[in-house]
Amino acid sequence: MRSDTGKLSLILLMTPFALWIVLLIILPQAGIGYVSLQEKVGPRQYEFGFKNYMDFLGEPIYWNTLLRTAWMSILVTILALLIGFPVAYYIAKIAKKQSRAGLFLLCLIPLWVSDLVRAFGWIVLLRETGIISGALQWLGIIGEPVELLYNDMTVIIGLVYTVVLFMIVPLVSTLDGMDDALLEAGYNLGGSRFTVFRRIIVPYAMPGIVSGCIITFMLTAGSYLTPILLGGKNSSWFTEQIYNQFITRYNWEAGATFGVLLLLFTSFVVWAGLRLTGQSLATTVAKE
Amino acid sequence: MKTSLKLMLAGTAMGLTAGSMASAETLRLLTWGSYAPDELIQKFEEEYPDIDVEVTFSNNEEMIAKLRATGGSGYDLAQPSHDRIYAAQLEYDIYKPLDLSQINTDAMSANLLDGVKANTTIDGEVYAVPHQWGTSGIMANIKEAPDASGWADLCDPAYQGKTSMRLRRTILLGTAFGMGMNPFELYADKDAYQDMLDKVTAKLIECKSNIKTYWSGGDDLSGLMLSGEVVLSETWDSTAYKLYNENPDIVFVPPETGALAWIDTFAIPKGGEADDAAYKWINFVLRPENVTIMSASTGAIAAVPNGIELLPDDKRSAVQAAFDQSDLDNLKFFANIPPGLEDMEGLALERIKAATE
Amino acid sequence: MYDLESKSVTKRFGSFTAVDSVSFGVPSGSFFSILGPSGCGKTTLMRMIAGFENPSEGDILIKDRSVLNDAPNKRNVKMVFQHLALFPMMNVGENIAYGLRCRGDAKSSIGDKVKAVLDRVGLPGVEEKQVSQLSGGQKQRIAIARCMVLEPDVLLLDEPLGALDLKLREHMKIELKQLQHQFETTFLYITHDQSEALVMSDNVAVMNAGRFEQIGSPKELYDRPVSGFVAGFVGDANRWAGRIDRVSDGMARVQLEGGDVVVATSEGAGDGSSVEVFVRPEVIKIGAGPEGSTLSGKVDSLLFNGANSRVLVKTPSGKLVEVADPSGASTLAEGDEVQIHWDPKRALAFPGEAA
Repeated sequence: MRSDTGKLSLILLMTPFALWIVLLIILPQAGIGYVSLQEKVGPRQYEFGFKNYMDFLGEPIYWNTLLRTAWMSILVTILALLIGFPVAYYIAKIAKKQSRAGLFLLCLIPLWVSDLVRAFGWIVLLRETGIISGALQWLGIIGEPVELLYNDMTVIIGLVYTVVLFMIVPLVSTLDGMDDALLEAGYNLGGSRFTVFRRIIVPYAMPGIVSGCIITFMLTAGSYLTPILLGGKNSSWFTEQIYNQFITRYNWEAGATFGVLLLLFTSFVVWAGLRLTGQSLATTVAKE
Repeated sequence: MKTSLKLMLAGTAMGLTAGSMASAETLRLLTWGSYAPDELIQKFEEEYPDIDVEVTFSNNEEMIAKLRATGGSGYDLAQPSHDRIYAAQLEYDIYKPLDLSQINTDAMSANLLDGVKANTTIDGEVYAVPHQWGTSGIMANIKEAPDASGWADLCDPAYQGKTSMRLRRTILLGTAFGMGMNPFELYADKDAYQDMLDKVTAKLIECKSNIKTYWSGGDDLSGLMLSGEVVLSETWDSTAYKLYNENPDIVFVPPETGALAWIDTFAIPKGGEADDAAYKWINFVLRPENVTIMSASTGAIAAVPNGIELLPDDKRSAVQAAFDQSDLDNLKFFANIPPGLEDMEGLALERIKAATE
Repeated sequence: MYDLESKSVTKRFGSFTAVDSVSFGVPSGSFFSILGPSGCGKTTLMRMIAGFENPSEGDILIKDRSVLNDAPNKRNVKMVFQHLALFPMMNVGENIAYGLRCRGDAKSSIGDKVKAVLDRVGLPGVEEKQVSQLSGGQKQRIAIARCMVLEPDVLLLDEPLGALDLKLREHMKIELKQLQHQFETTFLYITHDQSEALVMSDNVAVMNAGRFEQIGSPKELYDRPVSGFVAGFVGDANRWAGRIDRVSDGMARVQLEGGDVVVATSEGAGDGSSVEVFVRPEVIKIGAGPEGSTLSGKVDSLLFNGANSRVLVKTPSGKLVEVADPSGASTLAEGDEVQIHWDPKRALAFPGEAA
């Protein structure tokens, strides 16, 4: 009797989670995977096969765009780490207790507006007739209007700005748990600032660094609006090709294939990153 | 276990359908931004108090993708362009035949009606009737680019860094015309069409360094033109007319090879549940007094015999500034897109996008 | 020759003076404790010695050289932190090797030194273990080994036993003392636990409100406290408030609250001043004595605790007096009428504390 009620409550507890996983993650992915294996042979006629994957491999534009997306996402992740770490360290360790919440909130503000509005904000700032170009002319630094949009650098800046928060949050929460005595012990035993940073702070923050990097990388690789709007004519991004396959080319089979490939490839990059840095997924969630 | 699963699924399905069944008198309209002005909706609902109008704004590609995803249900009336019906119906079976006796076809401009019917008849059934038409061409700031006359001018080094275009099929077709080819005549021959696409792709890649950026919607195109960052661009005529009212230097220029004309139609999705209401809406918006309200919002010309005269004053003057009779005679109406063409064009567009200068 | 010397060191935080003109010297190789209640400034003092805080005034010398301008990582003073601060992401061997690597020792010698110091703290062969696998006492020894491998001039210990359970704490007291002998290094030990300080130290400084009240050997502090604070903080004592009737030959007649009159050794307190009289339980004996050092009462309860057993006697005025009963062998029973007495020289009167 008792074990029956125990079982029942376990089932009741797990059901929403299981439904969530099955309905919103496994089923759609399985559906996408299934569609990606459909070959179109004529109107309303399909066969099972790997043609869509072969097409991907046979068309350099596709895999070049995937590689470019991955490479730029890695760059964005690294920059977000370089920028986010000092900010997180300041919030967690240096700022006064009372001001922490405020600083954290400041970091959250960009999330209060949509991607689209943020991207247009950058456009207003950076366009040829925009604020920065105008200010530089007014100051006499440049003689003619300068176009700051529509290049890779702008895309990277815009993406870093969008994702850096997702680097800061996990870093703050790990660094927050670090006893200051560890730092003092590090100095006391003869470590220089650099040694303490490299051998104590970074290893301690590693779970936060790893999870922050995974989140920012995945978000960046999967972003759509920012690279399109800020990159202009040279902004090839893999998600845009997925959109094009689905929407403008009516080619759901290829679109699904691209979706599967993006998931596999980003997972591979994350796996490779973990291997290269000697970390495991477990260290990011299970901290001793 | 099996039965409970079935029960659950059935329950879910009932839950999903219950909402739509309860409001059978809702007209769900899938159309272009600005194609359902509030003023007209209010007027319509006053006239037919038992019909609620719900509007979803979209574009050609998304309309088809949405209807394809639902198997043609979820909407009661859609407005794709006339060249997007035939192949989509063959491939995805998303529309149902129209009952022409319910539509006041006499109000429509006869040549446009015949053209659309010819384009959208499958097995003797007509799937669409015309609503509004307009053109794609180029828009020039005549102070900066007084001599712009055709598609090829977008790639003229004289306007280095100051031109723009939308990276969609229109610019492929326009560029082909500008290079002296006629893509519509090549539709039937896929190899010839691919050959044409390759030439156009090469041209547009070469042209890439000349343009400032690709625009993606009327809003960013307007921003680029009004700020003066761009002086010459591919455009929809309606966008150009709107800008003409803000800056009379910005005019629509029908390319010398002919402006590309599109007709937005009425088509009823296969799963539409309010056909009567849909026919009422079609007849309602074609009434002369409503045509003016609609055109004021869309900037496009109604498919009625005196469509241009029924434009609001400002739009009419913009059209008259852009077109003379020879331009009107020279219009190139989009031909039906055979299945598979969009995929070829899509690859060409991706090649252009991915190319580095 | 002092290994560590503090000269009039003062530290202020805003208007608050945490450490107030503290001077002391720690002879080479000795075990020196600073004993005081929490908030007395002892941790601030230690942090100044380690270099994490700078004194507002005064000077700190290590081996006769001022270290005020040396950064923490340049001072040959190592510290065992309250919660030990072992690096959780390194194993035991790496924890100990950390300091050696910072110092730039040759790679080849590091392994041997780590091994040697682990032998000395009695934990050979644990290099590969993770910190989390160690017991509390083992962590303690690793924390000490991590410092001692660097052969510091002075080892600072900031209440390192505080987190241990009682049994282990008793054990570690002895072990720490032994380690100190073994390494022959100067230890500066901070604690609020008087028994830790008394058991381990060669010298103890009692600190209160930023000042040193008294510096001396544990026996001096215990037998000859110079203030009521020291008498009360170091060891157990019965403590009675009262007023001096008169003083003669350094002996004061004190009228206690509640009516009893006792005679106590007093320095510096004049007639009529209010004082507190301190009498340690172990100087009180059962039985009648001379007038002025005898109280009568009733046995209230018997507290058996082996060698620390006590008899609680309640006087008619309501005072509870603790009397040592070392063997726990008294034949008294609760409710018995008794008399208790003590040597008047061992009753000490100090001016009453304001508090």
